Amino acid sequence: MVDDIVFWGLAVVSVASGVAVFRVDSMARATYALAVSFVTVGLVLLLFGLDYLGIVVVLMMVMEMAIMAIYMIMFMGMNPALMPMSMVHGKRTAVTVAGLTFAVLAAGILLVDWPERRGAPAADLTLSLGHAVMGSKMLVMITVSAVLFATIVSALVLALPRGRYDTDGADDGDRASGEAPS
Amino acid sequence: MTGALTQVPAGWVPLAAVLLLALAALGATVDGALAARAQGRHWGSGLGLPMAETARLLRQRRRRTVAADRPLWLIGTGGLLVVALLMVVVVPLGRWTLSDLPVGVVWFNAMDVVVWALVWLAGWGPNSAHSLVGGYRFLAQALAYELPLMFAITAPAVAAGSLAVGDVVAAQEGLWFAVWMPVAFLVFCGAVLAFSVRAPFSAPAGADLAGGVLADSSGIDRWLLLAGRWALMAAGSAFAVAVFLGGGHGPLLPAWLWSLVKTGALLAVLVWVRRRLPTVRPDRLLPFGWVVVLPLVLLQLLVVAVVVVVGGS
Repeated sequence: MVDDIVFWGLAVVSVASGVAVFRVDSMARATYALAVSFVTVGLVLLLFGLDYLGIVVVLMMVMEMAIMAIYMIMFMGMNPALMPMSMVHGKRTAVTVAGLTFAVLAAGILLVDWPERRGAPAADLTLSLGHAVMGSKMLVMITVSAVLFATIVSALVLALPRGRYDTDGADDGDRASGEAPS
Repeated sequence: MTGALTQVPAGWVPLAAVLLLALAALGATVDGALAARAQGRHWGSGLGLPMAETARLLRQRRRRTVAADRPLWLIGTGGLLVVALLMVVVVPLGRWTLSDLPVGVVWFNAMDVVVWALVWLAGWGPNSAHSLVGGYRFLAQALAYELPLMFAITAPAVAAGSLAVGDVVAAQEGLWFAVWMPVAFLVFCGAVLAFSVRAPFSAPAGADLAGGVLADSSGIDRWLLLAGRWALMAAGSAFAVAVFLGGGHGPLLPAWLWSLVKTGALLAVLVWVRRRLPTVRPDRLLPFGWVVVLPLVLLQLLVVAVVVVVGGS
């Protein structure tokens, strides 16, 4: 009963803030409306007993949206994102694609022959989900994530040997007179 | 749910909030005393500073700015205190805890990430260049401190073999984690200063920006921001006590009192430290965070993992 109320409450907030993403007229509001939508989805995962995944979704999404807001505002060059602006473009295509996707997914939910539950849920759902998804490839997956991360960092380092702000301290004197406060 | 802790009903949340505010007030009072001494006055004359400031701000009129994003501004302003309270939900007070989540450590981490959003929103809200630059600075710094913070709190979780804060406290029965993982402890203390926007991480609210994210706040809004920062510092100290300083473990005194005493002491030390350190430019903090602190804390994690594997077999 309580679970149902919580689920429907979160679902309504999630969909409503998802709609808000396209209805508001500011990049900041759109970004954080999306963040709210993701956070409620993360909280719904808690209802499945997936504590770790649910909270990690909240963590990652808030972090991602906080950074995304900066990029959205920074790169919206022609239409300065500090001013009110529309959050939609290519309306007809977008509406068609979104409508079709929704129809396919909804039809999938209704038409798929869902299996009956066999046995009881595992004691540690996160662990068993990990085994189910990755199985014997666990070691590979763990290694790959570190390798991918190292690749991203080293690619950045190679692309930006000195970075936007030169930090070897050699030209501090020039900079103090120019831009950065010391 | 772990056996060592008693989970108290939700009715105790107000008491937790009062304790958190009391600790935040303690931090602000210590800061006032240190400020008075730094100005050459007797330290006692600074004790009333937080109360006087509260009285002043509560009577002050709200300043409004042109084309402010009012809803987002309010969320950023009021959210800091809420997040601090959500942080202490998983921090045990002696044997009692509001919620012994099986993933309490991750919960704390998620809440400190919410601070990213809130500080930026507080900077975005007033439609003012100074405060927006302050918000940007905070996110730049966040990239420097967040990964070290994550790996720092991973170390005690690895040592305890659990993400539940109760298990982490129980695992420190004989030896505090701060003793044999000092790097992780120090990095976490630095991160507490960072997410409460204190020196050396105080550039987002720096004087060079006329107060940065605080620049256009006034009255109760300003009080909420300032109190939120103190509450975050108190909540961070409380969590550090639970995962690094043995929580309620200690001789003679009851466990809940040990939790409070240790939290107050760590908070006072952090306040002292933040007054001794200069504000560091965010673009200086980033390379330091990634090139020096991150490898150090990863090495710390490696040492902890090796100790756990060798000791466990």
